[in-house]
Amino acid sequence: MRTVHPMPDQSTVTPLRPPLVTVDKLTVDMPLGRSGASVRIVDGVDFSIGVGERVALVGESGSGKSLTARALMRLDRLARLSGRVDFDGTDLLKLSDRDMGRLRGSSIAMVFQDPMSFLDPLMTIGDQVAETLRIRGIGKAEARKRALAVLDELGVDRAAQRLDAYPHEFSGGMRQRVVLAMALVGEPRLLIADEPTTALDVRVQDQVLDLLDDVSTRRGLAVLFITHDLGVVAGFAERVMVMYSGRIVEDGEVASVFAKPSHPYTQGLIKAVPRIDQDLNTLYAIPGAPPPPLARPGGCPFHPRCDQRFERCDKDLPMLLPVGLSRVACHLHDGHQHDRKGA
Amino acid sequence: MLMSIDSISKSYNAFPNPPAKVLHDVTLNIDAGEAIGLVGESGSGKSTIAKCMLALIKPEDGAITYDGIDVIHAKGEELRRFRREVQMVFQDPYGSLNPRMTVEELIGEGLLIHKLEPTAAARRKRVAEIMDMVGLNPNDMDRYTRSFSGGQRQRIAIARALVIRPRILVCDEPVAALDVSVQAQVINLLQDMQKKLNLAIVFVAHDLAVVRHLCEKIVVLHKGKVVEQGSRDEIFGNPRMPYTQSLLAAVPVPDPVAGRARRAARRLETAN
Ligand SMILES: Nc1ncnc2c1ncn2[C@@H]1O[C@H](COP(=O)(O)OP(=O)(O)OP(=O)(O)O)[C@@H](O)[C@H]1O
Ligand SMILES: Nc1ncnc2c1ncn2[C@@H]1O[C@H](COP(=O)(O)OP(=O)(O)O)[C@@H](O)[C@H]1O
Ligand code: SF4
Ligand SMILES: [Mg+2]
Ligand SMILES: [Mg+2]
Repeated sequence: MRTVHPMPDQSTVTPLRPPLVTVDKLTVDMPLGRSGASVRIVDGVDFSIGVGERVALVGESGSGKSLTARALMRLDRLARLSGRVDFDGTDLLKLSDRDMGRLRGSSIAMVFQDPMSFLDPLMTIGDQVAETLRIRGIGKAEARKRALAVLDELGVDRAAQRLDAYPHEFSGGMRQRVVLAMALVGEPRLLIADEPTTALDVRVQDQVLDLLDDVSTRRGLAVLFITHDLGVVAGFAERVMVMYSGRIVEDGEVASVFAKPSHPYTQGLIKAVPRIDQDLNTLYAIPGAPPPPLARPGGCPFHPRCDQRFERCDKDLPMLLPVGLSRVACHLHDGHQHDRKGA
Repeated sequence: MLMSIDSISKSYNAFPNPPAKVLHDVTLNIDAGEAIGLVGESGSGKSTIAKCMLALIKPEDGAITYDGIDVIHAKGEELRRFRREVQMVFQDPYGSLNPRMTVEELIGEGLLIHKLEPTAAARRKRVAEIMDMVGLNPNDMDRYTRSFSGGQRQRIAIARALVIRPRILVCDEPVAALDVSVQAQVINLLQDMQKKLNLAIVFVAHDLAVVRHLCEKIVVLHKGKVVEQGSRDEIFGNPRMPYTQSLLAAVPVPDPVAGRARRAARRLETAN
């Protein structure tokens, strides 16, 4: 049973955890057709995730969340990566393909939005969960034993009987547990979950979140949780990073970001969510739409949609700088004197 | 009452298995100008009801009446009037618009089909008006939709439905595929249109927070049955059925303190 976290006392600095992953100036370029040209999708991202920390990465579709996460695991063969991804002292971007392959599953694992596309319909659940271990040379009986233990841990009831069942015999929520079991059986230290609950019903989503919560607490597992649902972020994560147009624009403790978002985009996102526990007359809507990667505006990429923009905003790119205990990329918070004229 | 759905049942063929009944005696009414929400988990039958309301499929039992028309058996002029006055908007803003048609052709199609404006100039004028109303730039009329964003496409889909002045708009998950910031634009647009045009809206969604925001009346479905229906205040303020309560309790709220407290309370309840 989980306890309710109180709001952190604003006057004390939350103790920092030792970092597990540190990402430094990460860029991801994707090829454009066969011309040899490419487009920068992730544009210099810095962040770190502490041991056992639950961090949410939010932003609109196309902002580069998935490609950032996939870059940590080097999943896209066509992607050109630069920068550093330091995992427990090793730069993942410098590892050989073979060493990187070994790290996947055992140090970092990932689950995706659609469990069905990840499961092999012709293979039993038990074999699929055990496969990660088999690849690493663990014997059949031992792998099966561990697969059973993980399915049990994740609350698949009658797991022993169901080891020999096929994916179609499972409901959506159970399939997501199986996929989670596949990711966790290798005992990774970081789990990347890319919109794992987006396709699920509220009640199933809620169960999956509880499960992730328990596993992360029990195992000291760090989780990078990608979502566009701020409701999920608030209930699950300790820290939130907001991404816009290939960059992180705000990064801070969940409690303080929700209580007092600094970046106008974060403010808009929070205001735009309809709430089950409140009546509102009109929803706040951020005007316009996120820019496609080939048409990202100069200056602050959010400026065409920002209701607080001023002179410098369409000229200078704001850097991600410390503001209180958070980091924010916005000229309103960069410490310069400016005469805000509004626009 | 504008439309009444009277104990309809529907089965789908599931060969070689026997047909599976997915709607059981569903009854609900729609008044002119009201926004009604159909909620329930995946597979509960929401889209099936929406398709019956649009006469895209026929229930095997029960009756559907729209403004004096027996919808299940309607033919000829009656069916044409029904098709004009009850329109739809679907979830996928990408799949539902023909990429080979310009915005003008897409939006004006209904005017042609229903012979509502005799001349091309008159049609063009109506298309421009409706584009303006839903927040699109009429200068984009000659463009193709390829380069439009999801939110703009959904505005086109809404304009396409509204241009022939329907009295009911059936929307099946119209914002589910949109980004949060754009979602709010489309919800506000629907709300605005409902008031301006005295339009009845049937809103199918699994996002209960969106439904609470938009709908005055809510119908809760579970396994093809209506388990509870009532006003917004009744359903959200004082839900009577345990199923409705569990559905509401599971909705995450974007507030760390309230969100965590809700989840902790709910887990305590399930543990006991
Ligand atoms: N064309 C079809 N043939 C056979 N079964 C169908 C068909 N369409 C829907 N069903 C089944 O009917 C039931 C109700 O489906 P429906 O699409 O109405 O659910 P829904 O409430 O809209 O769900 P969702 O939230 O996932 O959209 C489900 O069990 C579904 O599998
Ligand atoms: N394999 C790919 N090749 C080229 N472009 C891609 C590829 N995958 C994603 N993109 C583009 O990169 C951008 C960011 O994508 P993604 O990281 O998936 O965003 P998010 O997960 O935030 O929705 C999008 O514009 C998308 O079209
Ligand atoms: S830098 Fe300017 S345009 Fe960008 S978010 Fe801040 S105020 Fe708005
Ligand atoms: Mg993604
Ligand atoms: Mg549906």
